[in-house]
Amino acid sequence: MRINCPFCGTRGNEEFTVLGAADPVRPDADAPVPDWVAYAHARENPRGPHRDLWQHQHGCRAWLVVERDTLTHAVIAVRPARDA
Amino acid sequence: MSAQRWRLGEGGLIDRSRVLPFRFDERLLHGHPGDTLASALLANGVRLVGRSFKYHRPRGILSAGPEEPNALVELRGGARREPNTRATQVELFEGLEARSQNRWPSLGFDLGAVNGVLAPMIGAGFYYKTFMWPAAFWEKLYEPLIRRAAGLGRAPQAADPDRYERAHAHCDVLVIGAGPAGLMAALAAGRAGARVLLVEEDAALGGRLLSEAEEVDGRPGAEWAGAVEAELADMPRLRILRRTSAFALLDGGVVAAVERVADHLPEPPAHLPRQRSWKIVARRIVLAAGAIERPVVFGGNDRPGVMLAGAVRSYLNRHAVLPGRRAVVFTVGDDGWRSVADLLRGGAQIDAVVDARAEVPPEQAQLAARHGLRLVAGGRVTGTQGGRHLTAVRFADAAGREEGVGADLLAVSGGWNPSLHLACHLGNRPRWDAAIHAFVPGELPPGLVVAGAAAGRFSTHAALADGAATGLAAAQACGFDAAAPEIPRAEDAPRDAVPLFHVPGGRGKAFVDLQHDVTDADIALAHREGFRAAEHAKRYTTLGMATDQGKTAGVNGLAILARLAGQAISEVGTTTHRPPWTPVAIGAVAGPHRGRHFRPARHTPLHDWAAANGASFVEAGLWYRAQWYARPGEAGWRDSVDREVLAVRNAVGVCDVSTLGKIEVAGPGAAALLDLVYANTISTLAVGRLRYGLMLREDGFVMDDGTVARLAEDRFFVTTTTANAGAVLQHLEYCHQVLRPALDVSLLSVTDAWAQLSVAGPRARDLLAAVLDPGPDLSNAALPHMAWIAVRLGGVPCRLYRLSFSGELAYELGVPADYAEAAMRRIMERGASFGVTPYGTEALGVLRIEKGHPAGGELNGQTTARDLGLGRLVSTRKDCIGRRLAERPALTDPARPVLVGLKPADGRTPIRAGSHLLEPGVAAVTANGLGHVTSACFSPTLGMPIALALLSDGTARLGQRIRVFDPLRGGDLEAEICPPVFVDPQGERSRG
Repeated sequence: MRINCPFCGTRGNEEFTVLGAADPVRPDADAPVPDWVAYAHARENPRGPHRDLWQHQHGCRAWLVVERDTLTHAVIAVRPARDA
Repeated sequence: MSAQRWRLGEGGLIDRSRVLPFRFDERLLHGHPGDTLASALLANGVRLVGRSFKYHRPRGILSAGPEEPNALVELRGGARREPNTRATQVELFEGLEARSQNRWPSLGFDLGAVNGVLAPMIGAGFYYKTFMWPAAFWEKLYEPLIRRAAGLGRAPQAADPDRYERAHAHCDVLVIGAGPAGLMAALAAGRAGARVLLVEEDAALGGRLLSEAEEVDGRPGAEWAGAVEAELADMPRLRILRRTSAFALLDGGVVAAVERVADHLPEPPAHLPRQRSWKIVARRIVLAAGAIERPVVFGGNDRPGVMLAGAVRSYLNRHAVLPGRRAVVFTVGDDGWRSVADLLRGGAQIDAVVDARAEVPPEQAQLAARHGLRLVAGGRVTGTQGGRHLTAVRFADAAGREEGVGADLLAVSGGWNPSLHLACHLGNRPRWDAAIHAFVPGELPPGLVVAGAAAGRFSTHAALADGAATGLAAAQACGFDAAAPEIPRAEDAPRDAVPLFHVPGGRGKAFVDLQHDVTDADIALAHREGFRAAEHAKRYTTLGMATDQGKTAGVNGLAILARLAGQAISEVGTTTHRPPWTPVAIGAVAGPHRGRHFRPARHTPLHDWAAANGASFVEAGLWYRAQWYARPGEAGWRDSVDREVLAVRNAVGVCDVSTLGKIEVAGPGAAALLDLVYANTISTLAVGRLRYGLMLREDGFVMDDGTVARLAEDRFFVTTTTANAGAVLQHLEYCHQVLRPALDVSLLSVTDAWAQLSVAGPRARDLLAAVLDPGPDLSNAALPHMAWIAVRLGGVPCRLYRLSFSGELAYELGVPADYAEAAMRRIMERGASFGVTPYGTEALGVLRIEKGHPAGGELNGQTTARDLGLGRLVSTRKDCIGRRLAERPALTDPARPVLVGLKPADGRTPIRAGSHLLEPGVAAVTANGLGHVTSACFSPTLGMPIALALLSDGTARLGQRIRVFDPLRGGDLEAEICPPVFVDPQGERSRG
């Protein structure tokens, strides 16, 4: 797989590490525990487009939101996580 | 000297001026450069080359390429012995040694052939059914028997002596295959100016042109290919990789390939690897991998002497070898007639041509008539005869009348299957093309096009035209352009054929998968037992598995399944094509990353100093750390460690702790970020002070710990454990960029910039005063516990952090890495009078266990701050990672194991880490487990073994006895439960 880092250009996936789903939003500090459990553990497993957090660990170290298709592995879009 | 009795007097792409001696099963034979092992064996009249996998049936050479299922041999010897090598792909070299496989005691007389008698017991699903017999039988009886009888080659026992490389290549257009289509594609793309990589599995370029007696542009095909190769070789942006198999198509236009750099030589030259694995990144890919001829399944179709018709032409035309003197040709259409013509020209006698078509075209009928050949239109081969080699062929005519003729060669042409494996590696399914009775590529992966025979266009003219068009289009897609190359003149004959895959009801076993001994009866059995889907039948019968990957067996297997199910082949579906296309040595995948080079070694700036001073090293992640420093007269490591511990407790020791992760956090938002990341509050830390920092994961468990020094209002220096240095930096970057992007913070790893020396013991302050440049006030008032100051050592700016891991008066001296060794030398020189002693990680561990500090054994990813006695550190007045989920009831359950200390009740029996804790007197079963020992050592300070443990209700049990049970290593003792701090529980020494 190749990922188009917005800062470095297209690089092989061996330069990147993946964390997991990009969409869960960290709850407020005092939100009910079930909200926190969902944030920490509950994940969708979609067939098709999916947004993941990757870090260009062996490059610019930027955290990126990579939208890709879990079926075809096609990378649809890559954005810096700080702008997402 | 060379009796190559089956070598033709002239022709072939071999160098007759040189004779290469080689050995097969110890027998001395001879061949020529340009031979493969298979062609050289045939030239010497060797037909029997192996025994089959399950039934030990005699097997010969079926093909002339990578699809070979039978002629698998052991190549070379000793540590270079390589089993299951396809003789059809091995280039002959002087002194080559090969042995047949799967035979005992000899190839000619094989006792294992008795398996043939047992055949009814080892049919399809045999392995699965056997697993259902009593388990004890399996392990003791069946498995050893099966392994002896039904293995293929033997793996070498010694380490691989050769080197392997890994390489990357980038190109605009990757062309896979250098037959007529691939050569034209490379030519078109290359002339347009694109950066082209042409990859060919064979040593020579030309593909089928090397094997066919046909002309291109008015000259022999091989000569035309040579001319194109010469033009390609002059293109500066084009590179040819020969002896290179593209074995996988990966995501994003990446192709994995293996280059057999030195496999055609007796041994790799000193400067070259044996093989090189390539990762090729291409903008466009032209797959011109050609096609593989399909056998027909009929009774006795595995006998040595049964050969694919196209392979017969390869041996005749490329290698100048006559594969048989009395031949029968069995064809489903026009293509087999090319072998008829070539065999006649080679001087073979043809006893019959069995053409499955009821109507044979007049041109071919006339050819038969002209040479007086027996033509059996609408015929089928129904059986073969012969012991170790074919002696006769039985066939039936259109009316079903059977007869037999003597023959030593049966050339079989069942049509051609496009080599579409790579086009399907990303999950794309091929499509059945009823016009050519074969699968062709269906929907294609992005950026890949298929050309020539691989696309089901079989004439040479079609391949040339296809290659030119796809090559040019690929270059154009990359922004290059040129006129399309002229298409050279070449044959464009029709490829008429009837679909015939299987002749049922013949005599003897009819093999679908020759390599795995899977017969038509096995597929029928699988079908009867309900394994009817293509994928199920494959697994149940082992059809098309392992190196074959369906190259010769796949379509025939599907055709038989389809007929059993009363369906069309297109309805049965296909099995999944998975990489690798061809077997790839593990060595090539590993490349240079083996042994000590499996991963990088990290050495601290003091590594050489430590090595010169008697250190033994221990691996800690990638690091090599000094474990202890042995001195003359010490009987073992415990002597050294005890001495080092006591030196710290009684005088002063120095330890290299440079491997700790070190991160600078700078910017106006630094304090706010650290408040989020650490469970305790950092923002209230004063400049010039240090604080212990505890980091949780979001799920509430402890992630890491370390210290935080405030260098300036907006600048912090944080340390991590050695093991988590990388993960913590990544986590900080995540918290910043993803969770708090608005904070203005910079993060920088300074692990390698600073050497860090722990100076610990009652004389530590005196030692530092003697070592550091004069000036700094080291008094308790000026530099209290958990504070830091800037100092100089020999004029070099350093930092002195006062903190203690051992419980003694202790400091960490941060020295710029380049000056670490000089600093260490000065410490040892000037510290001699204070009794300074270097100590290693083992003593460091003893000191921290004595002091009850949690480390690796306790920070195991399953402990909370509260479990470790650090619960009060977790601030409830601010948000931080892990705070909320640490409040979950299960994580605050008082019965959770908490950190305690253990001392053996008898004061001397050692405690082992990992031991289980049990109430004395209860049954030693998992349900009664109360916790486990996390760290253990002998404490020279207390003069007895001690341990740290996580114990349920530990605080309430202080002072009680517990059973320490270690069934694995035979440990069983009683221990007293005590607080985890064994030395100086009030912390007076470290503050002194």
